[in-house]
Amino acid sequence: MTLDKIIDPALKKVPKIEVKDVKVWYSDFNAIKGISMDIKPNTVTAFIGPSGCGKSTFLRLFNRMNDYIDGFKLDGKIKINGDNIYKKKINIEELRKEIGMVFQKPNPFPKSIFDNVAYGLKIQGINDKKFIAERVEKALKQADLWNEVKDDLKKSALSLSGGQQQRLCIARTLAVEPSIILMDEPTSALDPISTAKIEELIFELKEKYTIIIVTHNMQQASRISDYTAFFYLGELIEFDKTKKIFTNPEKQQTENYITGRFG
Amino acid sequence: MDNASYQREIINHAGLDMLNLSLSQLEKAKEAFLTHDSDLAEEVINTENRVNALDIKIEKDCEKFIALYNPVAIDLRFIMAIRKINFDLERIADHAYGISRYVVDVDKSIPKHLIKAVEFEKMYETISSMFDNIIEAFENKNVKTARKVFKKDKIVDVINVNSFNIIEEEIKKDNTIIAEALILFSVVKKLERVGDLIKNVAEEIIFYIDAEVVKHKRKK
Repeated sequence: MTLDKIIDPALKKVPKIEVKDVKVWYSDFNAIKGISMDIKPNTVTAFIGPSGCGKSTFLRLFNRMNDYIDGFKLDGKIKINGDNIYKKKINIEELRKEIGMVFQKPNPFPKSIFDNVAYGLKIQGINDKKFIAERVEKALKQADLWNEVKDDLKKSALSLSGGQQQRLCIARTLAVEPSIILMDEPTSALDPISTAKIEELIFELKEKYTIIIVTHNMQQASRISDYTAFFYLGELIEFDKTKKIFTNPEKQQTENYITGRFG
Repeated sequence: MDNASYQREIINHAGLDMLNLSLSQLEKAKEAFLTHDSDLAEEVINTENRVNALDIKIEKDCEKFIALYNPVAIDLRFIMAIRKINFDLERIADHAYGISRYVVDVDKSIPKHLIKAVEFEKMYETISSMFDNIIEAFENKNVKTARKVFKKDKIVDVINVNSFNIIEEEIKKDNTIIAEALILFSVVKKLERVGDLIKNVAEEIIFYIDAEVVKHKRKK
């Protein structure tokens, strides 16, 4: 047994997400060309690759967000917690409770800070005000925003700064207590200080959640992730521990991309 | 060529300059020592400033490269390797300086039979050949050539180990050569260190090109 296997407790756990030979088409265009990977629980996985390589398409498969795109077709299997999420009888609302998503641009609703975070709970039919208030506070604390907004919970979410709005969106995601968080370039519209806060948050959240992040920032991928997947032209070129990818990747294509020689 | 590649090329070039400069220092120190040429020894001593300046330039360029270009993978290994190689070469040039100092500070030249007895010239030739190997390996990114120095370093080590008994015997035969014998002995020690430093440089070249850590791995 190698030393890595002894020290990496995540390796002992079963995969949170299992992807087997997944292919995706948008009408005639083959966007994903047969990808398999296992994502372990309580890890941060970064998806990197040039624009149009399929990484966002791949990320959005996990909460079935591509379903609404015309001509979308999927082949292969994706299991989350051992369940095939593309089986016919899946309850998509239940699936999305399990899987939260944070987007590139902060997208708070034009409502108060409190209502933004409480939104997911309310549409689930939860009416218990005390319960909702507790969850809102917990989520805002987890997103490291509570101290900045606790006295202004009734204020419009749109009055917050970009970085605060993005943390609010993370709080909104956390309030429904998912176990997986998908992030699609969550800091690309933020300044370095706000970016650092989100990165710190990702590191803390890893303890309870499985996080997948799409990023164009190589340094961000290397700073925050445990595993890195490099995509190119709809294929998964290399998937390994981040420390391996950024010190000695197996594939020349990966090295060329991360050192900025193509892409 | 993008800016990062251009800066890397500049550092690579400076690394090559440092290799050639320290080799030249070592060759001149040898010549000065064998012929007791104090002018040539002075030249080595004066050139030490250039070595130090190049050492600092490489250090600064590496720091700048890390800060500005966030190197990863082969770029990171290159910059890590070149910092260590630079350090090793600067130490080698220090030894050349030390050898030259003896020539300037001590009046007498070393008796020829003593030099022959310890196989001093063979030691120096082996080191020159090791130096040629690392220059070629660095310039052409040739790991195979870098590996050649490990075997050659053993020749240097054997000459160093044997030198103690040989010099002791020579002193017993003729105790008027004690001072010269001791100088020769200490120069042999310096060359043994130079051999080790060249070996370190070869290890760094292998690490940078193949991502393989060879230091502390080979059997002694």
